[in-house]
Amino acid sequence: MATLAAGKRRPLLRVHNLKTYFFPDEGTVRAVDGASFEVCAGQTLGIVGESGCGKSVTARSILRIVEHPGGIVEGEIRYLHRTDGREVELDLAQISADGPEMRQIRGGEIAMIFQEPMTSFSPVHPIGSQIVEAIRLHSPLGKREARERAADLLRQVGISRAEARLNEYAYQLSGGLRQRAMIAMALSAEPRVLIADEPTTALDVTTQAQILDLLRQLQTDLGMAIILITHNLGVVAEMCDTVVVMYLGRVVEEGSVDAIFHNPKHPYTRLLLQSIPSLYSEARVPLPTISGAIPHPYNRPEGCPFHDRCPQFIPGTCDRHVPELQALDEEKSDQLVSCFLYHEPTDERA
Amino acid sequence: MTVEGPNGHPLLEVKRLKKYFPIRKGFMRREVGAVRAVDDVSFHINRGETLSLVGESGCGKTTTARCILRAVDPTDGQILFRPTEDTVFDVAQSTRRELRRLRRDMQMIFQDPFSSLNPRFPLLEIVGEPLLVNGMRSGRERQERVEELLRLVGMRPEYMRRFPHAFSGGQRQRIGIARALALNPTLVVADEPVSALDVSVQAQILNLLLDLQQKLGLTYLFVAHDLSVVKHLSDRVAVMYVGRLVEMTDRERLFNSPRHPYTEALLSSVPEPDPRRRSQRIVLEGEVANPAAPPSGCYFHPRCRYAQDVCRTDTPVWEEVAEGHWVACHRAKELELAGVRDRLPMNTAAGNSTNPATNATLAAGSATDGDATDDSE
Repeated sequence: MATLAAGKRRPLLRVHNLKTYFFPDEGTVRAVDGASFEVCAGQTLGIVGESGCGKSVTARSILRIVEHPGGIVEGEIRYLHRTDGREVELDLAQISADGPEMRQIRGGEIAMIFQEPMTSFSPVHPIGSQIVEAIRLHSPLGKREARERAADLLRQVGISRAEARLNEYAYQLSGGLRQRAMIAMALSAEPRVLIADEPTTALDVTTQAQILDLLRQLQTDLGMAIILITHNLGVVAEMCDTVVVMYLGRVVEEGSVDAIFHNPKHPYTRLLLQSIPSLYSEARVPLPTISGAIPHPYNRPEGCPFHDRCPQFIPGTCDRHVPELQALDEEKSDQLVSCFLYHEPTDERA
Repeated sequence: MTVEGPNGHPLLEVKRLKKYFPIRKGFMRREVGAVRAVDDVSFHINRGETLSLVGESGCGKTTTARCILRAVDPTDGQILFRPTEDTVFDVAQSTRRELRRLRRDMQMIFQDPFSSLNPRFPLLEIVGEPLLVNGMRSGRERQERVEELLRLVGMRPEYMRRFPHAFSGGQRQRIGIARALALNPTLVVADEPVSALDVSVQAQILNLLLDLQQKLGLTYLFVAHDLSVVKHLSDRVAVMYVGRLVEMTDRERLFNSPRHPYTEALLSSVPEPDPRRRSQRIVLEGEVANPAAPPSGCYFHPRCRYAQDVCRTDTPVWEEVAEGHWVACHRAKELELAGVRDRLPMNTAAGNSTNPATNATLAAGSATDGDATDDSE
């Protein structure tokens, strides 16, 4: 796979052709069907898509917390694991999900913040003890030091009266505070990669602005790589360096944030951008829409997953062959697109 | 005071509406205080227009909408509803009998299309129920009307024997809209009708709402928190903060030259889907005030960067600072606040080429608001 314009730095995390399927009794759901991307330290990668596009399952696959009856069936998740001061490249898809390495990485080197902080915190334990638990899992600190560290973390994410807050329960905090506490917990082991799955979706715009500011500030201070999963294109434009657009488990387009928003190539990306009302667009006129709806996971269309909604559908090609994610042109390969408008079918699958 | 709209009397006039929820404590459930969910709110909606109520969660926008439909009983105030030019009802005082009649004229579209449709009923019964309740006994007539309604919202009438689980979120929202339109209402209250939908489906529903308004001459009260959607759908916008209105005016003025610092901050915190417009935004410190124990003076003063002594002590008056532009702020007349046009793109050429129509407003707006952008942090 061609590398993105991330300089010559070695990416921290490289996902290649990841396939995560679910096998319920009714059939197979190809939740992630060949996702590839990479992210470097200090950078923010956005994964955008609508419901069912596999963005959350991609994140859960990286952390190896995909629930039964799902699993990674193919692909690589190459991560630069730091051990004894050295960096070793590990394929997270191959190692045991509950082995020592993965347990060290999960929550330690790769942390995750979830969409709904109310359901992610235990309702019957004070948030302090939950953060202390996370700290002690990944560091040799004693109880008292861990508690001090927890209070420091709460202060770092902008929570006042930190010591008192440690004794409070999740229900006592407002949505914004809960999300801050969630971020504090994710930061407790100083992760190198932070996966944020819809971190602001449940929040008001003013609180969202606070949380996005906080994430940016923390990234500058700690140099983390952030994978930001969201359906909100405004948040992506605001936060990300590179963007991956997913549709029905496949990456349809990938590129720098500027290329995705100002020079989108895939018909889906284009339509998605046109169909959102903006503060600057003309009011009360019909918006361009994408016809139809996202298909049910058991009714995936053959060929290109988007072909039945695509205005530029090429009969005989798009419904027969599956497009591969390829560089737009060989010279400057920072934008990748999987669409037959830009390249001929290479596979012989019918 | 009676407001006269361009088409005679407004369809709906809300005057000094209050809704307090009691806080009870202890063994005797003694009342120890009240959550002032809606606290002295006045506005009107003209026939055929769309008024949006915006604000953060807990600001009372949904409670206001529910008071208008009498889904909750208001504590105080008047809700004058004029289904025709010569008849006027005070919904706040109406009897159950009157309400039955009035509710044909005011209907609601709900936020969550998954929980607002009964999973045990086929579409025919979901959409036909309001007809049955209101006296359309003949099954054949009902079926014809349901067919007509489904076509109106862009669904195939053949689907009417199916149950809600067979439909996607967008289709369910269409079903909810068909149900709301069954009795030919004049006023439709839509509480966050697109916030639960996917981006690609959201545009379809927004187009449908605009189209239906034109076809049927509907009046919308639109409750939402997504300002881009509000901008797209509204004629006028009212901004609420902790149970009170802080600003109300027409769409262009609210978005381009707001007069209340809260509106300014709200507009500035909307992330714009354009990486070239990443801007310095006003990040409001702290949290929304507690409506059970609001701060003194202006409720917004603890978070307001323009607050002065008077804001801490005196409640600002809800007044008309320019024709049709209502604001509750002590400093409304002196402040120069930034609107969305003042968030100049880094690459102006890109902004101009996409929307040439906005340049006139941009030039006009920047002359007066130029210095306001400097202090926006």
